[in-house]
Amino acid sequence: MELVAEVLAGKRRALARLLTWIENGAPQGQAVLDQLFAHTGRAYLIGVTGSPGSGKSSLVNQIARLLRAPSGDSPARSVAVVAVDPTSPFSGGAVLGDRVRMRDLSGDPGVFIRSMASRGALGGLARTTSGFVQALDAAGFEVILIETVGAGQAEVDIARLAHTTLVVEAPGMGDDIQAIKAGILEIADIIVINKADRPGVENAERALRAMLEFSRPAHKHALVEKIPLQAAEEPEVGWKPPLLLTVATQGDGVAELVQAINCHAEYLRESGERAGRDRLRLQAELDRQVQEQLYTGWRERIPMPRYQEILEQLLARRLSPSQAASSLITTQMGEPPQGTP
Amino acid sequence: MTIRVLIAKPGLDGHDRGAKVIARALRDAGMEVIYTGLRQTPEMIAEAALQEDVDAVGLSILSGAHMVLVPRVLDLLRANGQENVHVFVGGIIPEADAARLREMGVAGVYGPGTPTGAVVEDLQRIVARQTEA
Repeated sequence: MELVAEVLAGKRRALARLLTWIENGAPQGQAVLDQLFAHTGRAYLIGVTGSPGSGKSSLVNQIARLLRAPSGDSPARSVAVVAVDPTSPFSGGAVLGDRVRMRDLSGDPGVFIRSMASRGALGGLARTTSGFVQALDAAGFEVILIETVGAGQAEVDIARLAHTTLVVEAPGMGDDIQAIKAGILEIADIIVINKADRPGVENAERALRAMLEFSRPAHKHALVEKIPLQAAEEPEVGWKPPLLLTVATQGDGVAELVQAINCHAEYLRESGERAGRDRLRLQAELDRQVQEQLYTGWRERIPMPRYQEILEQLLARRLSPSQAASSLITTQMGEPPQGTP
Repeated sequence: MTIRVLIAKPGLDGHDRGAKVIARALRDAGMEVIYTGLRQTPEMIAEAALQEDVDAVGLSILSGAHMVLVPRVLDLLRANGQENVHVFVGGIIPEADAARLREMGVAGVYGPGTPTGAVVEDLQRIVARQTEA
């Protein structure tokens, strides 16, 4: 297939078109991805999440700039950015504004930025973000920065996708009770307090440090298998998420942040956790694909009148939602429907 | 299929209210709008249009430099193989210039006071026509 060769050769127009196909669920996009998959697994994936307005895009801009500049023993690395913004639940439209903060990166052939709308997905990413990452990985980008939707407490999909997850906070975002709630802070490999020139930074730092002292090294396995933390096996040497202060608009603290990312990458490599994370990511992807393909296949084959009939029985409260679903699924399998009056 | 539109402000004027109003109106019509902000060069706009694989590019120009900036954007889009991307222009554009811009291939020119609905409808129509073809 022509597009496969073009993407592998780093042709940007072909890559951009492939991303559109993937995003729209076009069958030809999946066919290309299938062929590209053998060429993936090389890129380092960095997730950037945090509240709306905490400065994720500005930070991504600065991190990408630093990665593009060769320094000391590390050569410049090619960088792709996937920036996700929310889709309106009313119109289905979206304004994707992350590029506004990334203008320093334009004109650099070693950078590729793609904005995407969440299109109804709730975990902070779009349904096809992992497909985007595969395509960019195959196209040869060495680092892929993935910026989530402005996330609150439950948008933790990024931790399944990325090797290193940054959680970005800003001063004034809540007290120490917010810091001990479950959710987004738990997934952080590195915590960043951005806008550290603003008042209130000391309080934010104190609350987050206190939270970090409580925390035990996180088991990312729990994200897929829901193992209670105490039941999971203790790692010999855990990673303690460092807390860093930055002012992204000025670039302050960004060099230290990139250093911390490199440290985490090294930790993952030496501890063998990188392989573990890759395994988890692909397992999650497999489960998602199975769910989707089963559902789509079922949806295509179920006779509409039968579906409507069961729906009517549900509305009349003769069947519970669970019974209705079982009924529809057994119809599909070709067995006689059971338990329906 | 969701229509993707890049809204950009080339040149040096700093008034982006019109661009934001249009971005919002297109969003409310169910489109995905990539907003790139102020002071974009034609090169930056063409690069963003390529990476984002958009169906249309809207340029907001109030500086009077439209006869320089718009042809440059059109040329760069064509050079990138994106001749099918629809370019529309909003701003203070004299009628004579608007006619010349249309001859160059601009799909629509909108002056002050244009109802946002008109822009939305035009865009939906031209993208639909292209998808059928």
